[in-house]
Amino acid sequence: FAADGKMASRVLKSLLSSSRAVGVRQYSADVRTVTLIPGDGIGPEISKSVQQIFAAAKVPIKWEEVDVTPVKGPDGIFGIPPAAIASVNKNQIGLKGPLMTPIGKGHRSLNLAIRKEFSLYANVRPCRSIEGYETLYKDVDVVTIRENTEGEYSGIEHEIVDGVVQSIKLITEQASRRVAEFAFKYARDNGRHKVTAVHKANIMRMSDGLFLRMCREAAEQNPDIKFEEKYLDTVCLNMVQDPSQYDVLVMPNLYGDILSDLCAGLVGGLGLTPSGNQGQGGAVFESVHGTAPDIAGQDKANPTALLLSAVMMLRYMNLPDHATKIENACFDTIKQEQFRTGDLGGKAKCSEFTAEICKKIQSES
Amino acid sequence: RKKVTAVHKANIMRMSDGLFLRMCREAAETNSDIKFEEQYLDTVVLNMVQDPSKYDVLVMPNLYGDILSDLCAGLVGGLGLTPSGNQGEAGAVFESVHGTAPDIAGQDRANPTALLLSAVMMLRYMGLYDHATLIEYSCFETIKAGEFRTGDLGGNAKCSEFTAEICRNIEELLSTESNIS
Repeated sequence: FAADGKMASRVLKSLLSSSRAVGVRQYSADVRTVTLIPGDGIGPEISKSVQQIFAAAKVPIKWEEVDVTPVKGPDGIFGIPPAAIASVNKNQIGLKGPLMTPIGKGHRSLNLAIRKEFSLYANVRPCRSIEGYETLYKDVDVVTIRENTEGEYSGIEHEIVDGVVQSIKLITEQASRRVAEFAFKYARDNGRHKVTAVHKANIMRMSDGLFLRMCREAAEQNPDIKFEEKYLDTVCLNMVQDPSQYDVLVMPNLYGDILSDLCAGLVGGLGLTPSGNQGQGGAVFESVHGTAPDIAGQDKANPTALLLSAVMMLRYMNLPDHATKIENACFDTIKQEQFRTGDLGGKAKCSEFTAEICKKIQSES
Repeated sequence: RKKVTAVHKANIMRMSDGLFLRMCREAAETNSDIKFEEQYLDTVVLNMVQDPSKYDVLVMPNLYGDILSDLCAGLVGGLGLTPSGNQGEAGAVFESVHGTAPDIAGQDRANPTALLLSAVMMLRYMGLYDHATLIEYSCFETIKAGEFRTGDLGGNAKCSEFTAEICRNIEELLSTESNIS
C-alpha cells in the first residue's frame, strides 16, 4: 500500500480508538453515518437504488460516499485513499458495491486490501430461496460464516526444490476462537438454532483440529444453541441433496470460500446474495457479484444483492423494523414478474424495480 | 469425453496451484484434440449446482477433488450409487465409496449398484467394453423399471431380487442377440 496511506491510517486509527467509547449503545433514534463505497461498473447505479429505497423507508442514516480508487504512493504502490480509510474507521459501518481491481503494476486486490485494512475477520453469507426466482432447490435457508483472515489463504508459499512447492495453511487459536464465538452470537442474535462446524480434522488433524476445538469451546459457552461437527465433503454431499439439514455453518477460510459460493448457487447465484463482514471495530456489508461492465450505465442492473446486504446492515445496526419493511418490499417485488430485471429473466429496468419497491414501502407506511 | 477443466485457486495460492495449473496447461498443449479450460474452484461449485451440464471432465488437486467429487455424487443421488476408480503406477483399483452400513448388513437389503458400476469401470479399463456396456445397461434398466429398487432408492426389493433382475435382463439381451445372429 502507499506508505503515506498506511502511516496516516495507523495514526488516525490510534487517535480514533482512544477517543471511541467502548460499548456505547446505539439508540435507534440516533442518525448514524454510514460509509458508502459505490464501486465500479454497475456499482454507482445500484448504490443509488439502495439510497432511494432507504429514503422511501425513512431509514435514520446518513450516507458518506467515498471513492476507493487506488492512489499511487511515493513507492509506486497503489493503495486505498486515506480519506476512505478514515471514513470507515470513523463510522464503523460500510456498504460496498463491486470493485474492479485494475490490471497493472503495483495493484493488488482491492477487496483483499479492504479486508486487511479493517481486519474483517468473519464473512457472513445468508442464502435463502427467493420466491419468484425458482431454482432446483426450494426452502434453502442457510448462513455460511467464513473465517476470513488466515487458513489456506495466508499466502505463505515456497519452492523447496524445482517442481516441488509447499503452501502453508495457518490456523491460529485466536482467529478460530474469534470466528467461532462470532458464529454463536450471530446465531442467537438472528434467531437461528444450530451451528455446524465444517472441517477436515480427520486429515488435517492439527490445523482443523485446533479450529474444531475452538468451536467446541464456544459451543460449551453457548449451550442454548445446538452444535454439530461435520466433514466438509459430507456437508457438500448433503447440501446438494437436502439443504434444509443445515442452519448456520462456521468454517475456516478456504472451506468458506467454496461453501458460500455453493450455497449462493443453490438460490440463484451471486447476483442475489447479500454478504456482511465483521471487523474488529465495525462491519462492512457488500454485494459479491462483479462490476458487470457490459450492462453498466444502462439501467439494467439488479440491485437486490446490494439491497439485501444493506438490510443485513440495518439488522446489525439494530434497526430491525426498517430492515424487515425493506426486505419484504424487495421480495414482494421480485415475486411479480413484471418488475424482474434481466438477470432474473425479466425485462424491467433497474429504476422500475427500484420504484416499485419504494412504492410498496410507502404504501405500507 | 470432449473437455477437461482444470480446477484451481491459483489466484490465491499462486505457487502451489500455479504449478498445478502450469502442468495442466502443458498437458493441454500436447493433447490439442481435447478442449481445455481453467476455472476457479468457487466458480465451478457455483455453476455446478446451477447447471452441471457446463462440465465434462474436471481435474484438480487432492482437497478440491475430495470436495467436488462428493458434491457431484450428491447431485446424482449420493455415495450409494457412485462408482470410483483409482489409477496407480502399476495398475488400478476400483471401489465403491459408501460405508459398510452395519445396520443392514447380512439382511439382503443392500444396494450393490455402486460396486457394480465400479466393476463396470474396471471392465472398460481392461478393454472389455462389450461386457461393460451389457452389464451397465442392464443395471440402469433395472433401476429404471422401478419394482426392483432397493430400500435406499425408496423401494422394497431385496439385494438378491435386484441382482436376479439384472441377470435376467442380461440373459434376455444375450439371447436376443444370439437369436439375431
